[in-house]
Amino acid sequence: MKALRNFMNKIKPHFQQGGKFSKLESVFDGMETFLFTPNTTSRSGVHIHDSNDMKRTMITVVVALLPCLLFAMYNIGYQHFRAIGMPEASFVQMFIFGLLAMLPVIVVSYVVGLGIEFIGAQIHHKEIQEGFLVTGILIPLIVPINTPLWMTAVATAFAVIFAKEIFGGTGMNIFNVALITRAFLFFSYPAEMSGDKAFVMTDSAFGYGAGTVADGFSGATPLGEVATNVGDTLNLSTSTLDAFIGLIPGSPGETSMIAILIGAAILLITGIASWRVMLSVFAGGLSMGTIANVFATPTYPASMLDPLAQLCFGGFAFAAVFMATDPVTGARTKIGQYIYGFLIGVFAILIRVYNGGYPEGAMLAVLLMNAFAPLIDYCVVQVNINRRLKRAKAK
Amino acid sequence: MLSKRNKEALFNPLSKDNPVLVQILGICSTLAVTAKLEPAIVMGISVIAVLAISNVVISLLRKTIPTTIRIIVQLVVVAALVIIVQQILRAYAYDVSLQLSVFIGLIITNCILMGRLEAFALSNKPWPAFLDGIGNGLGYTIILVIVAFFRELLGSGTLLGFPVIPQWCYDHGYMNNGLMILPPMALITVGCIIWVHRSRNKDLQEK
Repeated sequence: MKALRNFMNKIKPHFQQGGKFSKLESVFDGMETFLFTPNTTSRSGVHIHDSNDMKRTMITVVVALLPCLLFAMYNIGYQHFRAIGMPEASFVQMFIFGLLAMLPVIVVSYVVGLGIEFIGAQIHHKEIQEGFLVTGILIPLIVPINTPLWMTAVATAFAVIFAKEIFGGTGMNIFNVALITRAFLFFSYPAEMSGDKAFVMTDSAFGYGAGTVADGFSGATPLGEVATNVGDTLNLSTSTLDAFIGLIPGSPGETSMIAILIGAAILLITGIASWRVMLSVFAGGLSMGTIANVFATPTYPASMLDPLAQLCFGGFAFAAVFMATDPVTGARTKIGQYIYGFLIGVFAILIRVYNGGYPEGAMLAVLLMNAFAPLIDYCVVQVNINRRLKRAKAK
Repeated sequence: MLSKRNKEALFNPLSKDNPVLVQILGICSTLAVTAKLEPAIVMGISVIAVLAISNVVISLLRKTIPTTIRIIVQLVVVAALVIIVQQILRAYAYDVSLQLSVFIGLIITNCILMGRLEAFALSNKPWPAFLDGIGNGLGYTIILVIVAFFRELLGSGTLLGFPVIPQWCYDHGYMNNGLMILPPMALITVGCIIWVHRSRNKDLQEK
């Protein structure tokens, strides 16, 4: 540690104004504050400091995502070995395969995203913000595993530039950056992003786990099966319990309800995420799911799912816990958070059930409500102001 | 013929006073007709023709039009010209006129037209008014062509209908970007052009 500190002190002058690498000042600053706690303190005025700064908040979210990430690696391997007809492969083999499959995506997401943030910070001579730490881990978890890496790179670059940097960087974005990445992929390359082929990796990862796909194998997600269901009853190969445990095809992070709930617990105990949003998303989904189920028709096969299955299938739970609770793009007033979350839940199920083109609605629901969050907050604040004005006048 | 003032009327709208980039007019048709290069060019030529001729006509009539009904007179002139353009396109470029569908007819409501008629033709002689019409029409067309170039190239892999992205790219996994065909990307492309334009012309940046 001491040697590192000395080294940093030694090269510091080169990066300060007038130094050889003064253009790279923010890179140095970013590295230094990443390695050591900054020793600068505020000099004037009254400041209340919380030990929970942005870096810690971000790291906590990353820790909360770890169960999902680890489970995703296991599940990718599990699905792969099932697809090539080797279900007897050991846990370690499955995990190693998943690790090798996920690693390139994680690297691409971080290199592209952080690269753009670093360049942006250099151009504007600003400090590098930590905002991408979470986005960078969210992207591999919500992008189907078979998406070509260059597509992920293009989508990440698009999202970071057009959903974040042009609004002013971390904390200023209107839309959730990770979801914009997915939405870009979804609308740009629809063939790669849906259907049975997208969600189960059948190729080998760096030559590991090679094999041919077994006859009659289908990598359709439960919601994909629901969307193409014909007839008066649902013929599903997965039960709600399967979806709760999570050994089913799907985007890497979204399959296991258990892993997501562990993450949710970490977020709620540390107080990072708002329980109001989380609770009301589930409440909204449950009520809309019940309504759809009461008026179930074979025309809209997803309406025949029972409400609990609606919550466990697809990306609903993942969106509720990790996407809707993003404090930057969500509503900030307490009443606003209830409305915001509830409508996300309602819209997610509404799109899923009644729009045949989109078997999964959670992504679009969160993005839609992101756009309305400031309006909800404005209305809540105005109502409060009017109420108090009236009370003041009455006296 | 080309005094300093006339030159300004002709060349300013190309960059410094561009109707799309600076005045942010005519955005609706910019988003609607730029998915392919060919309809964009035809649309641009149509707008140049209608704008130049209507500018001249209104300029000739400028002393006889009562100010209270000037908008109606302008609309009648523009509508007549638009119908002529529409008929010509149907006769000689039927496929393109089908692609452009209502947007040729909607030139009538194009903000650039009313803007130029009100702001320039009503208070200038026919020759400068003609140059102003050509200039603004060209300024609009340039943006249309730039936007359509990127949208067709990235969205369909073609230019003017000819495939330009070599087959080996597709063989190695390249795919056309479906989002470029959808209107949101037209808006973002226009935004990028405005971004580049403002960063090159510092005096246009708002503080």
